[in-house]
Amino acid sequence: MDWAYLFEISLTGIASGGLYALAALAFVMVYKATKVVNIAIGEMLMIGAYLFFTCAVTFALPLWLALPASLLAAGALGALIERTMIRPLLGEPPISVFMVMVGLSSVLVGLVELIWTADQRRLPELVPNTPIMVGEAFLAPKVFYGALTASVLIAVVLLVFRFWRGGVALRATASDPAAAYSMGINVPRVFSLAWVASAMIAAVSGIIVGSIGGISSSMGVFGLSVLVVVIVGGLDSVLGALVGGLMIGLIEALAGAYLGGEYKLLVTFIVLVMVLMIRPYGLFGTHEIERL
Amino acid sequence: MRIGTLKETYIADAALFDSRTQKVWLALAAGVLLLFPFMATDYWLYLACLVSINVASACGLNILTGYTGLVSLGQAAFMGLGAYTVAILELRVGSPLVLNLLAGGFVAMLGGLVVGIPSLRVKGLYLAIATIAASFIAHFLFANSAFTGGTGGLTLPPAKFLGLVLDTSFRLYWVIVPVTVLMLLGAANLFRTRVGRAFIAIRDRDISAEVLGIALLRYKLLSFGLSSFYAGVAGGLWAYFFRVVTPESFPLSMSIFFLAAIIVGGMGSMLGAILGAVFMTMVPELLKLGVALLPHGAELTVFLSPVRTMVFGLLIIGFLVFEPHGLAEVWRRVRRFFHLWPFRN
Repeated sequence: MDWAYLFEISLTGIASGGLYALAALAFVMVYKATKVVNIAIGEMLMIGAYLFFTCAVTFALPLWLALPASLLAAGALGALIERTMIRPLLGEPPISVFMVMVGLSSVLVGLVELIWTADQRRLPELVPNTPIMVGEAFLAPKVFYGALTASVLIAVVLLVFRFWRGGVALRATASDPAAAYSMGINVPRVFSLAWVASAMIAAVSGIIVGSIGGISSSMGVFGLSVLVVVIVGGLDSVLGALVGGLMIGLIEALAGAYLGGEYKLLVTFIVLVMVLMIRPYGLFGTHEIERL
Repeated sequence: MRIGTLKETYIADAALFDSRTQKVWLALAAGVLLLFPFMATDYWLYLACLVSINVASACGLNILTGYTGLVSLGQAAFMGLGAYTVAILELRVGSPLVLNLLAGGFVAMLGGLVVGIPSLRVKGLYLAIATIAASFIAHFLFANSAFTGGTGGLTLPPAKFLGLVLDTSFRLYWVIVPVTVLMLLGAANLFRTRVGRAFIAIRDRDISAEVLGIALLRYKLLSFGLSSFYAGVAGGLWAYFFRVVTPESFPLSMSIFFLAAIIVGGMGSMLGAILGAVFMTMVPELLKLGVALLPHGAELTVFLSPVRTMVFGLLIIGFLVFEPHGLAEVWRRVRRFFHLWPFRN
């Protein structure tokens, strides 16, 4: 057993787990507010990355302008999705909404291939290229800065949704939409807010993921791992998203290093099946009791 | 609801084909199916076989999702199980076609039973995601097992049936379409029996169904098994039709395709599964034909693949938002219009 190697792999795993946690946060936010299983989360990451690509490379905007511009565009897309697809399906069975998200992911992939073609693109270099050393272990700078950005952003989002009025409204809506409505909270606006915020967070994690591995129309595969993360953590738990993200990141890295790259997805999905069999509502999710 | 079809006995009420209009339509459909191969070109025969395979598989998924209410995104993986079984039997054992297809169905059925086990613990979306996991695990097994020829897959010789070599779409048509028709008849009959009714009860409210004395685990597993049997046979036909089986032949997007087909067609209706599978298989082809008709068609073919992906997604979204009961409901509306003409509705 090579402990230094194990440490290095685990470090990379936890760092990429931070990215999963960020994307899972975007997922959980929408799920908490609107009870929509956003299976198109990977594609929303992708769209965010491509919007940033357009702003930063095609329009050649400076970074400080390109980043907010692409985030605004992603937020607008989130609002559009909420108004055209989620709002009309309020009260429909969850399966219908799930399938609409499947359809959405297909539309987004088609859109990206139509506008930007299916070729792989590279995002501009955002961070210095000096390797990061933690003790003896080497950590790729992009992964390190990505994880750093992700953790800062997660902290900011958590604080905002803890203390800001809109965040309180969101949590109230999540716990009981009818009661929140009667307390004067504009629930439809909270729905829009959740989607806009989620699309923006997804866009940030898309930009980070894209700057590490390049962007292409098959980036949505990342969303499958995110799906595993939120199921393992519990669909409606922010804590679960964070813990699950780190856990899946670590497991994927270990599986990739010791078993081989093709085992990565296999091992995550086996973890998923095990969690579903033992604790179907996830590690930290709410156990819903069914009544007739 | 059709007017003027009075039933005097329960047997008449439960009959599979109840009215004369329906029988006339079915006879017409049978006639068209019989005459079609003699009129059509090779391209259309190829499409007919593909449509027929998809109809069979969509019908199986409809048993599980439309009638039992269990959402599965593993249909393609079960087709893969069937296709690999047929390919391996054909290459290593050389057993006859009918036996291979049945074996493919049964192997897929076993797979379905295993995947169905979580269905008692989890349901709805969790189950859908568990089936995604199953399809990835199946893909891994196809790509890494010694039997399946790895990522290169297996190549089959043309199928033989009663001494005839089935090497053209015309010949395959006479195997694929009858098998599909048989399977459709079987499914239609299923919902006249206790088992089928139990599936519907589980879909409508599983806890109530359990109170009524329906053993949930047994019937949910049965539904999974039946649905994957259909998928397995369809996969076997697929293997005979394309003659190359690789792990990439049965991606997750294919499972989504079948789910989309029964949503667009109308869940929980035999007609829906048929219409949906036909429609969803034909849309890409019609798009291709449409683009070819446009001016500068040749330049536009570059955009065909992304447009197809988008149209596919838009169809799912559009049907769910505007026509949740699918094409079957549109068909019913049209039928009602003519039935009640000249009165409205």
